[in-house]
Amino acid sequence: MTRADPFVEIDHVIFGYDASRTILNDVSLSFERGRVTAILGGSGCGKTTLLRLIGGVFPATSGQVRIEGEVVDATNREQLFRLRRRLGMLFQFGALFTDLSVFENVAFPLREHTDLDETMIRDIVLMKLNAVGLRGAAPLAISEVSGGMARRVALARAIALDPELIMYDEPFAGLDPISMGVAANLIRTLNDSTGATSLVVSHDVQECFTICDYAYLMSSQGRVVAHGRPEELSASEDPEVRQFIRGEPDGPVRFHYPARPLAEDFGIRA
Amino acid sequence: MAALITPLGRKTLGLLRVLGHHATFFADLVRNMPSVVRRPYLAVAQVHAIGNLSLLIIVASGLAVGFVLALQMYYALSRYGAAESLGLVVNLSLVRELGPVVSALLFAGRAGTSLTAEIGLMKAGEQLAAMDMMAIDPRSRVLAPRFIGGIVSMPILAIMFSAIGILGAYVVAVLLIGVDAGNFWSIMQSGVDVWRDVGNGIVKSIVFGVICTFVALYQGYETQATPEGVAHATTKTVVISSLAILAMDFVLTALMFSTT
Repeated sequence: MTRADPFVEIDHVIFGYDASRTILNDVSLSFERGRVTAILGGSGCGKTTLLRLIGGVFPATSGQVRIEGEVVDATNREQLFRLRRRLGMLFQFGALFTDLSVFENVAFPLREHTDLDETMIRDIVLMKLNAVGLRGAAPLAISEVSGGMARRVALARAIALDPELIMYDEPFAGLDPISMGVAANLIRTLNDSTGATSLVVSHDVQECFTICDYAYLMSSQGRVVAHGRPEELSASEDPEVRQFIRGEPDGPVRFHYPARPLAEDFGIRA
Repeated sequence: MAALITPLGRKTLGLLRVLGHHATFFADLVRNMPSVVRRPYLAVAQVHAIGNLSLLIIVASGLAVGFVLALQMYYALSRYGAAESLGLVVNLSLVRELGPVVSALLFAGRAGTSLTAEIGLMKAGEQLAAMDMMAIDPRSRVLAPRFIGGIVSMPILAIMFSAIGILGAYVVAVLLIGVDAGNFWSIMQSGVDVWRDVGNGIVKSIVFGVICTFVALYQGYETQATPEGVAHATTKTVVISSLAILAMDFVLTALMFSTT
């Protein structure tokens, strides 16, 4: 699955939060530099876990995660913090600091990681907020912004230090159609204008296909079932790919959670 | 035999694991304390949030304790013709025991729960995870300033509790009951040793400040990131802090005042 000039490589990774349940089952993916790559899959298939492994939040049970060829070691905080300074992550619900204003949220990484003077910080923050269309919202408290706006503030914060890799965790979840379109456009525009590598984890097929260059589809068993350009996946005849892309309720991915036979549960005799 | 030893061994290992986890967390807090030197305003803000905002309950409780202590001691001492010792008894009770202990118990209820809930909700809202992903250590940015804020605030609150308590006792003893004011203050002045009594009381309150703030931060940081988890953690903060304060008070009293 290796493609040209990968920025992030996930190499035969197996991972589970405990020994009884494997979340990622021998997963190998690579994310090409400067491209928008989507990881698609249903809820609980391990998409967010994959982002956490890239960020070094957890160590893989086996296999390797590499960023520009450097193996991510989740036990080495010094290395992790050095790598994380090159990453930006948009959390599913923004994870904004509720005690700080919109401006201060975006200024936060700049204040922590740089010695820039106040004038420079102000200019950078307003530029980032302008990029997400929220320059006017700078003085607002987090409690005063809507869910869609909060996601954009979080995006401005994620790009404050011009990261080389931006990871988006469910950027479209819970957004109205207008906010969803705005978010999708922003991801594409920011990727193209900053030259960053973008990684979008989502279950929203249509929105992802409009902006991504490449996509991986993951199954509920934590495996990669298909990958390719959006048009290739759309044309796929694989039943699992077709079911996910068309949103069919039943198919290779069962509608019902495994259970005893219906007749047995309701005491019906044959 | 193995059936008896196995669960015992498992429980012992579990206990050691918990103790080790607490010790590591405490060491992490101490290790991150110097980072606040770079951003002292964070600790100052916490002294305000933890200390200043606890003043009302400390002052009200100190006053009430001073009132009641003066009344009870007057009734007890006057029975033996020793009412003139009232000022000394009230003062020693407050600076040695009641000031540090009651203010620490109030601190655990007021500031400790607030810290646990705040950190727990930051964890539930992924704010701590976001900070960590930005290569900013939440233990240095969030926990260490709060730890310092708690340790600084606690003795100040205990001193204020004792001072207000003595004033409350003065109001009841001198202004209401009619104990001689000169006697009330002079016996206090001659009978209380600044270093031995007041100093040890302050040392106690610093130790209680460390305990309360550590417990509150640990419970918040290690909480399950759910509403039930945060509720459970805040309850545990009060229960564990209170028991630890009472147990440590006994130990410290035995160590500090065992020769009198």
